[in-house]
Amino acid sequence: MNAIILSAIWGVLMMYTGFISKNKNTPTYVAIAGILLMLVASWLDYIGISFFDVDTKGMLKYNSFGLLFNMLIIACTLVYFLLSGSEIAKFEKNSADLYALIFFVLTGISIVAGFNSLLMLFLGIEIISIPLYILAGSEKSNLKSNEAALKYFLMGAFSTGLMLMGIAFLYGDAGTFYVEGINFGLGGMSPMMSIGMILLLASMSFKVSAVPFHFWTPDVYDGTPTVFTSFMATIVKSAGFFAFFKLFENAFGKMHADWSILVSVLAALTLVIGNITAVFQQSIKRMLSYSSIAQAGFMLLGVFAMNYYAKQGLILYFAAYTLATLGIFAVLAKFKDHSIEAFNGFAKKYPMVGLAMLICILSLAGIPLTAGFFAKYYMLLGVIKIGNMLWLVIIAILSAAVSVYYYFRVIQAMYFKEGMPHEEIKFTQSFEVIMLVNAAIIILLGIHPDWLLMLLNI
Amino acid sequence: MFSAFDNFPALLIWLPLAGGILSFFMKKEVAAKMIAMISSVSTLVVVTLSFIYSNQEFMMLNQVSYRWLPELGSSFAFVLDGLTRILCMLTAIIFPLVFTITKKDQYKNSNVFFGLMMLTQCGLMGVFMATDALTFYFFWELALIPVYFLSSIWGGEKRIKATFKFFIYTFVGSLFLLIGILYMYVKNPTGTFNLADFYNMTLSSPEQMILFFLFFVAFAIKMPIFPLHTWQPDAYDQAPTPVTMILSGVMVKMGLFGVIRWLLPLFPLAVKEFQTGIIILIVVGMVYASLVAIYQDSIKKLIAYSSIAHIGLMAAGLFSLKDVAMQGVVLQMFNHGINIVALWIAAELIERQTGITKISQLGGIAQKAPMLSVFFVIAAMANIALPLTNAFIGEFMIFNGLYQFNPWITAAAGLSIILSAVYTLNMIKHVFYGEIVPSTENFQDIGKTHVLVFCVLTLLIFVAGIYPTPIFKMIHETTGIVLNKYSML
Repeated sequence: MNAIILSAIWGVLMMYTGFISKNKNTPTYVAIAGILLMLVASWLDYIGISFFDVDTKGMLKYNSFGLLFNMLIIACTLVYFLLSGSEIAKFEKNSADLYALIFFVLTGISIVAGFNSLLMLFLGIEIISIPLYILAGSEKSNLKSNEAALKYFLMGAFSTGLMLMGIAFLYGDAGTFYVEGINFGLGGMSPMMSIGMILLLASMSFKVSAVPFHFWTPDVYDGTPTVFTSFMATIVKSAGFFAFFKLFENAFGKMHADWSILVSVLAALTLVIGNITAVFQQSIKRMLSYSSIAQAGFMLLGVFAMNYYAKQGLILYFAAYTLATLGIFAVLAKFKDHSIEAFNGFAKKYPMVGLAMLICILSLAGIPLTAGFFAKYYMLLGVIKIGNMLWLVIIAILSAAVSVYYYFRVIQAMYFKEGMPHEEIKFTQSFEVIMLVNAAIIILLGIHPDWLLMLLNI
Repeated sequence: MFSAFDNFPALLIWLPLAGGILSFFMKKEVAAKMIAMISSVSTLVVVTLSFIYSNQEFMMLNQVSYRWLPELGSSFAFVLDGLTRILCMLTAIIFPLVFTITKKDQYKNSNVFFGLMMLTQCGLMGVFMATDALTFYFFWELALIPVYFLSSIWGGEKRIKATFKFFIYTFVGSLFLLIGILYMYVKNPTGTFNLADFYNMTLSSPEQMILFFLFFVAFAIKMPIFPLHTWQPDAYDQAPTPVTMILSGVMVKMGLFGVIRWLLPLFPLAVKEFQTGIIILIVVGMVYASLVAIYQDSIKKLIAYSSIAHIGLMAAGLFSLKDVAMQGVVLQMFNHGINIVALWIAAELIERQTGITKISQLGGIAQKAPMLSVFFVIAAMANIALPLTNAFIGEFMIFNGLYQFNPWITAAAGLSIILSAVYTLNMIKHVFYGEIVPSTENFQDIGKTHVLVFCVLTLLIFVAGIYPTPIFKMIHETTGIVLNKYSML
């Protein structure tokens, strides 16, 4: 609860910093201060100290999974601000507005982290989406950015429509918006409930860009200014997955056998199509947007497995995927040319940033000793635990092998190809340090994932 | 976590790791080389010392287990037993030798080069000693990643493509291995990754067959076994020579080691089922590789294909499940490492002086460099298993076991030995004897350092060829454990 209220207040506060101070960097500092405050507040919430006592009639209910997720997202946003803050500040005159929008997104995410009623789920997802439409189109003079915003808006509105319809069907069947009420279903699903569930499945798949609902993703991610793509592809996507997982765990958990085959097909399709399409991309930004689809396939394995391992795996996956992708996007945001060739000889010129980026890429590829390995490990373990799903595991690892192909092309360009990056880029010392700290966290989580997972006392 | 430093396995992991990490931070090339040399030599000393304490009464000195992920049931657990000791010895011998012969070489960013080399050694030691499946997997990958970077940065012209192929192949293999390990873990009633617990599991026959393939693919790619071998000749050809030596001398043994330690004892029912098919596949691969080797014009590729044939023979020996063959294989794993490194050193010295690796463009080196020729011929003879050399005993024992399994298959495998004599002698004839050609006119004999290195290798060749008994004593225990699994069937 702390996080919801604080982020809403801070969002409003951010809008005023634009008037109060003319200094270009002030909004960044205020935003970082706000996010630090939120981090502390969400930690206090986690250990049981809540500042605000709002009676939500049980519509919001936080458990350790939700609170840990909320804390993780806020920590990742902190990393995001530290890495990309200077880019946001450079981006437009009124960068304070952009920060305000990001804080509103966080409000939505904090609602999603604790929803216990379908209404709250809808509200949270809407609060997340609307600021994002604006962020996608924030580069007003760029046609591609405008296109991205419109596309995102249309697709988002469509999928929200599906969600509302699904909620309506479920309400019609169960007579309540509370997720526990839906979960009472004894015996098979009624037709009405099946329709509602399938509609919700489709709309959540839209949000997390699972194949075949993924077509908007590459265009939107590519058109959106890189700083905001990085936010959308990581933090917002994690929130989508959290909502997906929580909804299906709490509302349809008892009917796991009925819908799990659907999700397994979605996961397999997402893994195969996401990875194979990523291979053919020449631009790193586009490659990363397909890679985000491919990684979504792995996270879908967690939704499919829906057990203890999957829960741990999702938390770890959010951390691993978000930190690694944020790192790469932060570097990419400083480039005008996003082709892989632009990175030729990068590591020679910037050894420190190169090393940090290397670790990020290795983590995305799931190489041991990085967080990405254990993230994938838990997902696979969850699926193996279900039993009789060896085909899905084999598809998952074969696509992981394909993913190595396109991730390592970037490493090859950075380390093995001759040539100099033709763009002059200045990395400040603090940027280098944060990149390295980020990489160190990735390695640390790759050796001791239990240090994060012990917070998840289910 | 870092509580125990007083036992051998721990030292064998930490020494190379510390050396590797230290080398990264050295600014000067000399310092990086020194650190790599010191840590590799001290590793060798530790392994040698450990031989004195190999008896049962020193059990505690030879095993170590650090707490790592207790919730997952995984720990950093290592053991140094007979089989492991031999392979660690091989690793520990080869690294200082490689550093000695590259002493004068210039590598740009040499601190990274030597750091990665030492990390590779750390990975290899970990693979050989791990008794925890997850730890085993970690080190299995840790040995691969540094090699990928070493070959891609310092390799030949087509390095990026060749190394990438190598990487993808082995990575796919290790992912299959990972699934196999996870599956075992889920089925394990004690909920750990402990190898001893894995040994005690009873799996149904269909389960064993699936798991067998998951493990086998990983090991077969590493060895490599036909038809999964296509990465090897290119990778050997393009990698910088120190890395090629590590790859062919030690890394391919990872696959064989995996079969002995993991595959054979874990899935006896499946092994029995597929045994014949796999041996036939291997023997086909051996003959094929030998035939291809005959038509190679590059010394490096010739050695690479000959390695496929020899490793194939060892793999066939393992799957024959005969005690005598398995002992021969372990002995041969050590010997093959020594022989092939000697061959690579010679090939490298020739290439360094003439810039040529094509057999057809070389000739008459024996007249210019008698020392090199003598050593090369000894190594080559050992490679084709001439009596009195080390490989003779090993390969003889393997053939003995294979014959007990099936005489016809043995005959086919014997064909590859004859072919190996053909291509090896043919190469010696063209490269070392015959007319001096323009490229070898100014050829000079090897210097003192190289003579020393070759003397060490030659000594090892003859000692293991004449008196291999101590090695047999050490490996008997391991092969006993494996074969016990089959006596109960």
